[in-house]
Amino acid sequence: MDKLIRLRFYKDWLFKGGIILMTVLSTVPLLLILFYIVKQGISSINWDFFINLPKPVGEKGGGIINGLIGTGILVLVASVIAIPFGAIVGLYLSEYSRDKLSYWVGLCVDVLQGIPSIVLGIIIYLWVVKPTGHFSALSGSIALAIMMLPPIIKSTEETLKLIPGTIKEASLALGVPYYKTILRIILPMGFSGILSGSILSISRVAGETAPLLFTAFGNPFINTNILKPMSSLPLLIFNYAGSAYEDWHKLAWGASFVLIMMILFLNIVTKILERKWKIQF
Amino acid sequence: MNLKEFLAERFQSKDKGKDKTENESQKNVFLFEKVFQKGLGLTGIILIIVLLSIFITLLISSTPSIKHLGIKFLYGKAWNPVTDEYGALPFLIGTLLTSLLALIISTPFALSTAIFLGEYYPEGIVSNIFKNIIELLASIPSVVYGFWGMVILVPIIRNLELKLHVLPYGVGILTSSIILAIMIIPYSVSLSRQVISMVPPTLKEGAYSLGATRFEVIKRIIIPHTRSGLFAAILLALGRALGETMAVTMLIGNSHYLPTSIFSPSNTMASVIANEFTEATGNVYLSVLIEMGLLLFVVTTLINISGRQIIKRYILH
Amino acid sequence: MENSILNVNHLNAYFGETKILSDINLEIPKNQIVAFMGPSGCGKTTFLRCINRLHELTPGARTEGEIYFFNDDIYKLNLILLRRKIGMVFQRPNPFPTMSIFENVISGYTLNGIKLSKQEKEEIAEDSLRKADLWKEVKDTLHKKGTFLSGGQQQRLCIARSLSMKPNILLFDEPTSSLDPISSNKIEQLLLELKADVTIIIVTHNLQQAARTSDFTAFFYLGELVEFNKTQVLFSNPAKKQTEDYISGRFG
Repeated sequence: MDKLIRLRFYKDWLFKGGIILMTVLSTVPLLLILFYIVKQGISSINWDFFINLPKPVGEKGGGIINGLIGTGILVLVASVIAIPFGAIVGLYLSEYSRDKLSYWVGLCVDVLQGIPSIVLGIIIYLWVVKPTGHFSALSGSIALAIMMLPPIIKSTEETLKLIPGTIKEASLALGVPYYKTILRIILPMGFSGILSGSILSISRVAGETAPLLFTAFGNPFINTNILKPMSSLPLLIFNYAGSAYEDWHKLAWGASFVLIMMILFLNIVTKILERKWKIQF
Repeated sequence: MNLKEFLAERFQSKDKGKDKTENESQKNVFLFEKVFQKGLGLTGIILIIVLLSIFITLLISSTPSIKHLGIKFLYGKAWNPVTDEYGALPFLIGTLLTSLLALIISTPFALSTAIFLGEYYPEGIVSNIFKNIIELLASIPSVVYGFWGMVILVPIIRNLELKLHVLPYGVGILTSSIILAIMIIPYSVSLSRQVISMVPPTLKEGAYSLGATRFEVIKRIIIPHTRSGLFAAILLALGRALGETMAVTMLIGNSHYLPTSIFSPSNTMASVIANEFTEATGNVYLSVLIEMGLLLFVVTTLINISGRQIIKRYILH
Repeated sequence: MENSILNVNHLNAYFGETKILSDINLEIPKNQIVAFMGPSGCGKTTFLRCINRLHELTPGARTEGEIYFFNDDIYKLNLILLRRKIGMVFQRPNPFPTMSIFENVISGYTLNGIKLSKQEKEEIAEDSLRKADLWKEVKDTLHKKGTFLSGGQQQRLCIARSLSMKPNILLFDEPTSSLDPISSNKIEQLLLELKADVTIIIVTHNLQQAARTSDFTAFFYLGELVEFNKTQVLFSNPAKKQTEDYISGRFG
C-alpha cells in the first residue's frame, strides 16, 4: 500500500513540474520576439527615422513618416466611425437584453468578431474601392471600423450591465424620462468601460495589415487625404520585410519596434484606466 | 446627500423656468422617448443588415466563379490562372494542414498553461506575470510575427531540412504552422483557463477528502468536468488559425502545387487571396478568389457559432 | 479520557493574519456522536476542516498545535491515508456528476488507483449503500447518473461514498442544512445507526438537531471552545453563561 502511495505522490510532483515547464516554454517565444525586435529596432531609431520618407535602396536616412501618419489617420477615422456606433449597440444590448432581437444582434457581434480580416478587406474592396474606382484611406478605415465594433460593443454592454438596476429605478421614480436617465446617469457611469473598450480595440486594429491590402493599399508618400491611398506601419513592415534589401529590413525592424511600443503603451493605458476609473456602486 | 437628492438636483436645475405648457412638454418628451427607444433597436438592426450584406456580397460576387467552375473548384489540383485553371485543392489542403498542425503543436502548451493558471496559480504575482505575458503574445501584430519568423525561424528550419536531406526551402508548412501555433496559444489559454477555474470547489474537495492527490483531482475530476469547455476552446482557436493571413503568407512559401510533406512550400486560402487579389485579371479570376473568401467566411462562422453554443451550454449545466 | 480517538492540543488556526481558532483543547471519544455547535463565524467548520487537513487547501491557511488521531500526530501522518480514515460529508451534496451512482460509491477506490475485482466492487458498493440506507432505493438504477436523485438521496449517496473507505471518523459539515425536514430526519436516524462503526463529528447550526442526535456537544464561540460535555448535561445544566445564553436563544 505504502509503495503505491509513494508512487502517486511522485506522479503528482512530476505532473506539477511538467505543467510548470510547459508553461514557461510557452512564454519563451514572446521573450525571444520582444528581445529581437528591441535589439534590431533600437539601432534603427533616430530622428531621421521619424521624419523622413523611405528612401530608395542604398540611400541613407530613410524613415517611416508616411506609415506613422497613415496609421494615425486610418485609426482616427475608424474610431470616429466605430466608437459612437459601437457604444450605442452596446447600450442597446444591455438595456434590452431580454428581447428576441437582442439575441440575434448578440449573435451578429460574435460572428463579426470571428470573420477573418482578409475577408473584410475583400468586402470593403467590393463596396467602396470598386465603385469609387480607386484605393483610399477611407475604405481602409471602414474595414478597420468593422473590426473595432465587437470589442467596443462587448465592453460597453458588460460595463453597463454591471450598473445596478436600482439606480435606473430611482431616477425613473423621480419622473425623469427614460432617455435622460440613460444619457445623463447610466452612460456617464459606464464611461470607463466604453473608454477602455475603445482603446483596446484601437490597439488591436493598429497592427492590422490584411484588411488594408486592397483598401488603403499603401502609399510611398505622405498623404493626408482620406480619399487617396494611404500607408500604415503594418503595410510598411510587410512590404519591406518581403524585400531582399538589408536597408529596408532595418526600416522594417524599426517600424516593428515603434508599432509594438505603441500597442504596449495602449494596453498599459487600458489597464490603468480600468483600475482607476472603476466607479464603485 | 443621498441618491434621491442627488438625482433631484441634477434634473430640477435644468428644467426650471421652462415656459411651455405642461401638456405640450409632456407630449414632446413622450415622442422623444419613443424615438429614442426605437433608435436603439435600429442600431442593432443596422448591425444585422451589415452582417447579412457581407454574406450576400460574397455570395453574389462568387457566382461567376461558381458558374464557371462548379465543384471543380474544390477538387481541382491545378492552379494556373494564365490557362484559366482554378483548382483550389492545394490551398484547401494547405489551409487544413497548417491549421491542424498548429493546433497539434499548441494544444499541449496551451492546456498546460491553462491548468497552471486555472488550478495551480489562479491568483498572485506569479499568476499576474504569466497572464500578462500570454496576453502580450496576443497583442503582437501578425505581420511582426511573420517578419520575425522570416529572420529567425526560417534559417533554423532550413538547417533542420539540410540535416534531414530535404530540400532546404526554410519556408513551408512546418514553419508557418509553428508560428501559427505560437499565435493561437493565447486564445486557447484564455478560454480554457476560465473554464478550469470555474469547477465548483466542492467537487474538488469531495475528491480530496477521499484521499486523492492534486494530479488525480485534475485528471479525474477537473478535466472530465471541463471536457466540453476545453473542446470549445480548441475549436475557437482553430477558427482563429484558419483565418490568419499575414504571418502565414510570409512563411509558407507561396507555391501553387499540392504539398507533399510538411516541409513543402504551400499556400493557404487566405495567403492566396492576400498575394493575388490585387493582381487578379479578369472577372473569373477575381471571382474565384472571392469564392475562397466566401468559403473562409462560412467555415469560420460555423466554427465560431458552434464553439460559442458549446460554451453557453457548458455554463448553464 | 479513555477510548478517545482524537486528541486536540492547543490548536490555533489562521487565514493569513486573521486568527480563526484559539487554543482548542478537546478529546473526541470513540464511537459516539459529537456535535459542534455555535453561531455563524465561530470557527466550528474551520475546526472540522482542520481534522482532515482540508483547511490547508485554502491559500494562506496555517495551524499551530497538534491533533492526534489514535496516537499519531496528523501532521506527520501520510495525508492520503489520513483522509481515507477520516471521511467528510459536505453541506451541499456533491456527487461527482460525470459518474453513475455505482461509480460514485466506489470512487474513493478508483480515484486512489486501487484495483478491485468486479465482485469486490459490487460487494463494497452494496455494503456502503446499505449502511447509508440507500440500497433499496437505488439497487435497480445503479448505473444512472448520481445527479438524478433527490437532495436527500444525493446526500446519502455521498455518505455511502465516504463509508466505502471504511473510515474511523466521519465528519459532517451541516449535512442537513440544504435538505427538507423528512430527508433531514432520515439522515439523523442514519447517524444513530452508524455510530456503532464510525465515530461521528457533526457541525450543526440547529440546536435541536444537536440535542436530538448527539452524545457529546462542543460549543464554540468566536474561535474558542467554550464548553464540552455530554449533551444531556450541557443542555440541561450548562456550566458557562455563554452556553446558557446561546441555548436559550439570547444570541446566535
